[in-house]
Amino acid sequence: MMMTQQRPFFVPFLVPAVLVAVIFAAAMFNVFQYSFLEFIPGSVEVGGFTLDNFTRINRPVYYWVLLDTFLLSFATAFFALVLSYPISFALVRAEKNWVRSVLVVLAITPLFTGEIVRTYSWMLVLGTDGVVNNTLKALSLIDASIPIMYTRAGVVIALVQFAMPVMIILLATAISQVKRDCEKAAANLGATPNTVFWRVTIPLTMPGILSGFVVVFAWTMSAFSTPQLIGGGKVLMISNVVYLQGFSSFNLPFAAVLSLIALGAALGSLGLMKLATARFERNLATA
Amino acid sequence: MRSVLFWSLVAAILVYMTLPAVVVVATSVNPTELMAFPPTGFSLRWYEKALTYPDFQTAFRSSLIVMALASTLATLLGSTFAFLIFHYNFRGRGLLEAALWSPLIIPHFTTGFGFLLLGSHLNLTQGYAVIVMAHLLLVTPFVTRAVFVSLSNVDANYSRAAANLGATPSGVLFKVTLPLVLPGMLGGWLIAAILSLTEFTASLYVTASRTQTLPVAMYNYIREYADPTISAISALLILSTTIIMILANHFLGLRRILGIDNG
Repeated sequence: MMMTQQRPFFVPFLVPAVLVAVIFAAAMFNVFQYSFLEFIPGSVEVGGFTLDNFTRINRPVYYWVLLDTFLLSFATAFFALVLSYPISFALVRAEKNWVRSVLVVLAITPLFTGEIVRTYSWMLVLGTDGVVNNTLKALSLIDASIPIMYTRAGVVIALVQFAMPVMIILLATAISQVKRDCEKAAANLGATPNTVFWRVTIPLTMPGILSGFVVVFAWTMSAFSTPQLIGGGKVLMISNVVYLQGFSSFNLPFAAVLSLIALGAALGSLGLMKLATARFERNLATA
Repeated sequence: MRSVLFWSLVAAILVYMTLPAVVVVATSVNPTELMAFPPTGFSLRWYEKALTYPDFQTAFRSSLIVMALASTLATLLGSTFAFLIFHYNFRGRGLLEAALWSPLIIPHFTTGFGFLLLGSHLNLTQGYAVIVMAHLLLVTPFVTRAVFVSLSNVDANYSRAAANLGATPSGVLFKVTLPLVLPGMLGGWLIAAILSLTEFTASLYVTASRTQTLPVAMYNYIREYADPTISAISALLILSTTIIMILANHFLGLRRILGIDNG
């Protein structure tokens, strides 16, 4: 009784949270368990304990998929960073309130339209008879359509736009925390606007840059619909191979192994970010 | 001069971000089956087809059922969980937090795959239970975050004053705390509902053909046909999301919700 008086609602609020967490843990445990079960070709039933699923990963084709996933995610994070910074800067520093409102709505809305809508839109823009090819043809810059769909470049073009809302939010938060006095002091001491930007603003927003880069990197590693539809089977990321293994070959155990690898990569990159941010903040503190 | 250059750059990047949405809306009113931009005429035939196509009708119904259940349950779970971790320290709290925040980090296909396996063990692959459960986990962190921020902004003196004046713990919770965090709960519920309605990757794993949600039905359609029917649905989704975002910005302040002040 004493307990409930000191902690009102503790038990009734704890029970649903624990229940849902246990169900989620059970689902994740199923993936873990399947990765150690024997695949029986032509059947969704599985056999006994085996480590074969893990040795199967040791083939060049899967190394290429992992490398591709890594490189596409890295390129996406890089271009998203470069394109998002000016938008975030304008979003925080624009003088007129309506400009900031227009910018925030335009920048954030794509986050909520869903990946299918966004990916389909890019198919219309990048396709053989898409907007880009038709415009270039109309301007007589090209004679025949250039392939953009089903290429890595096409996938990155779509993934970058996909990632920008999140990057913009993280960068804008960082930029809004920069004390304008620091910039003014540098300018008063004779720094050109360029120098102020590169030597003051950029270093002060470095934590936002780092976390934006890593969040987008980890997020893109698990992208599915964009490589699935824009890549069209010619550009394979790890998610597409998981789907192929699970739903075309019905090799659920190997799909489980690949899912665990994707999970490990996502956790690993976030762990690296924590280390990098901690080191950066330490350097900043001792500088 | 510098600022002209800067704003041209900003405008060019915004064109890149919004061009796909503009193209979708434009192609959705095109009368012909072939994609044409700019459109060669004006017709609502693809809207009619989208709204009368049986697969989309049943899928939209499924999506609404899943969205209503998942976002409402997520609002209850996220709010109580935010209250719990805001007020109490207890053994196993770290583990519980890790479990309920982790769907943000775990790839959606891993989550979907896990629930597919769990559902087939429990013989639940044909119903809504597993879909709602997967969506609940995916969207709860957003509610938890919104309510936690609201709780941090509430002056604790209100609760103390109410308790001193003789309010019971339930009275304090329902008459003082709840009204103060209600905007956060509503914002969280809105985000949860939109994210559940548009979630695709995990849904692809946990839905059956009878229970497929709208994004899954759209994906299946894209793989088979190339007419602008999907443009029409997409245009409806883009326009309604944009209106919701403009309203949310007006009434709740998007920049405040996102933690962006003006430096």
